[in-house]
Amino acid sequence: MTKLHSVSIKDLSLNFGSISVLKNLNIEVADGEFLVLLGPSGCGKSTLLNCIAGLLDISDGQIFIKGKNVTWEEPKDRGIGMVFQSYALYPQMTVEKNLSFGLRVAGLPAAEIQNRIAHAAEILQIGPLLQRKPAELSGGQRQRVAIGRALVRDVDVFLFDEPLSNLDAKLRSELRVEIKRLHHKLANTMIYVTHDQIEALTLADRIAVMKGGLIQQLDDPLTIYNKPRNLFVASFIGSPAMNFLKGEIAGTNGSRVFRVADLDISLAGYEAQQPLASGHTVIFGFRPEHIAISDQPGPAGRSCEAVVDLDEPMGADSLVWLKVAGKAISVRVDSGRRYQPGEKVFLTFNPAVASLFDAVTENRL
Amino acid sequence: MSSSLSSAEPRGSRPKRFLSPASIMIYSALLVAAIYYLIPLYVMIMTSLKGMPEIRLGNIFSPPVEVTFQPWATAWNSACTGLYCEGIKVGFFNSMKILVPSVILSIIIASVNGYALSNWRFKGSELFFTALIFGAFIPYQVMLYPLVIITRQLGIFGTLTGVVVIHTIFGMPILTLLFRNYFVSLPPELFKAARVDGAGFWRIFLQIMLPMSLPIFVVAVILQVTGIWNDFLFGVIFAGTKNFPMTVQLNNIVNSTQGVKEYNVNMAATILTGAVPLLVYFFSGKYFVRGIAAGAVKG
Repeated sequence: MTKLHSVSIKDLSLNFGSISVLKNLNIEVADGEFLVLLGPSGCGKSTLLNCIAGLLDISDGQIFIKGKNVTWEEPKDRGIGMVFQSYALYPQMTVEKNLSFGLRVAGLPAAEIQNRIAHAAEILQIGPLLQRKPAELSGGQRQRVAIGRALVRDVDVFLFDEPLSNLDAKLRSELRVEIKRLHHKLANTMIYVTHDQIEALTLADRIAVMKGGLIQQLDDPLTIYNKPRNLFVASFIGSPAMNFLKGEIAGTNGSRVFRVADLDISLAGYEAQQPLASGHTVIFGFRPEHIAISDQPGPAGRSCEAVVDLDEPMGADSLVWLKVAGKAISVRVDSGRRYQPGEKVFLTFNPAVASLFDAVTENRL
Repeated sequence: MSSSLSSAEPRGSRPKRFLSPASIMIYSALLVAAIYYLIPLYVMIMTSLKGMPEIRLGNIFSPPVEVTFQPWATAWNSACTGLYCEGIKVGFFNSMKILVPSVILSIIIASVNGYALSNWRFKGSELFFTALIFGAFIPYQVMLYPLVIITRQLGIFGTLTGVVVIHTIFGMPILTLLFRNYFVSLPPELFKAARVDGAGFWRIFLQIMLPMSLPIFVVAVILQVTGIWNDFLFGVIFAGTKNFPMTVQLNNIVNSTQGVKEYNVNMAATILTGAVPLLVYFFSGKYFVRGIAAGAVKG
């Protein structure tokens, strides 16, 4: 049995004149899935969301929602609710009128409208705010009302367009948890656009990392984090960012090493997707927390000496900057011990959790 | 216990001098400019309150010895405008009859235009907009003769309808620009949210956009009221002799060649004619400035 797809996008392309904004995208979103579209600004993630909502006409391809072809449908007929970054609450209407606007347009009976508003107000805890105007609400309350407006429409699919980006850091993390809780409670399909990787990693069932109108990788958050498919995904995901060293593959079959300057790092344990050829120019990537730092030399072939350059305490842990093979790399360590600039330490690499990329194609090897 | 609060040590908020040299310069320049522009008004009011014998003495700056309101009454009720001697009140009511429908009609059409051009972009909408704005730069004189022929063919030449239509047409470029720029500046997400909520063209305009656009409507009303009230050219050409607006009537009073020139009546009639835009400027200064700023092309 094939699983029912809630939203499916087939060969979707969008051009503005001669500029191609979205290129032949194919995405299948399962029923009840939380999909995050993640990418830097200008990658087309919000554009894609607007296409799904029907606010932008697409150039080619098809969009299905709940098995129904909605490619030519009006936004209101697609069974979607949308939440915007700027809240987009109607400023002259009270919260209650904001929530009921769509329902009144649809001509629902007043009793039904009352029921739905009461239900949404209870879920989002905005009951006491119903008679206020948006200007009298805080940012977090406004966004909650905006979510409520999508909620009362009783739709299959929720679309979020960077809903938390206008909020301060504390509120953002609070509302993030609430959105996740809401998803558990409603079990609706949700498509969520953000440029914030923490939001993406914490909320998503699957993340689609986008760049230049193309999906770079569509996987669950851990796969995206641990096995990035290419150099862009590797460098975009993770804070502090992944370290990269450029060198070449050396050694014999079965005991391949990564060689940079006079340093050899054994690749034993690395799950290569294709045979590694000696002499191949590659980029070796490893996350700051995937490297061990100690005063004693580690196991031979995976360890090297390095000089501390800088120490950045960040509270729970510290980021230590060191020079390896002439390149600055960062290592995440416990903040209990401070490192002094110029101090000599030993690093131990773990090839099993590292990433290797072709230096030319930038794809994972 | 030395008094460490020495006055030489800077501490706390910086002292402000009451009149710095720079502000003296600014205020004196403003004062001179204000006097320069107020003197003609002063002369007009003084002259309109004098009798003719006193005016003939020639002291135009001196206040009236004997204050009389007769010239105002004459100007309003019985000054001769060409063939009729019914005063400038005829012109006042004619101007009102032209003004009210022209302002309402042009603002309704231009606001819908601006809304459509900012939110419902269609193929060629930018071209349409450019053409409309280009219309604002073509001198009126070029279009007068064709418009006379067109209105004659339509049978509205020399009628109230004719001059209202002309004012509506010529108000379009600047008003559409005004409204388009305003609607473009509103957050586009509001429009998108309303579409997701299922609202159509008119419902979004009437229920979402209109309640948010009171300031720009006030600006448009000010622009149109002052512009149409002050119009002379279209009134004299398209309104027909029965409907000459106040500006045309005023000209006829002031420039009538028979008899002595009644300066006091002329001054009173002129002030009466200028009163409407003057009052509008007075009570809406803030909005008027905003309107001029909003007229600047952006987006």
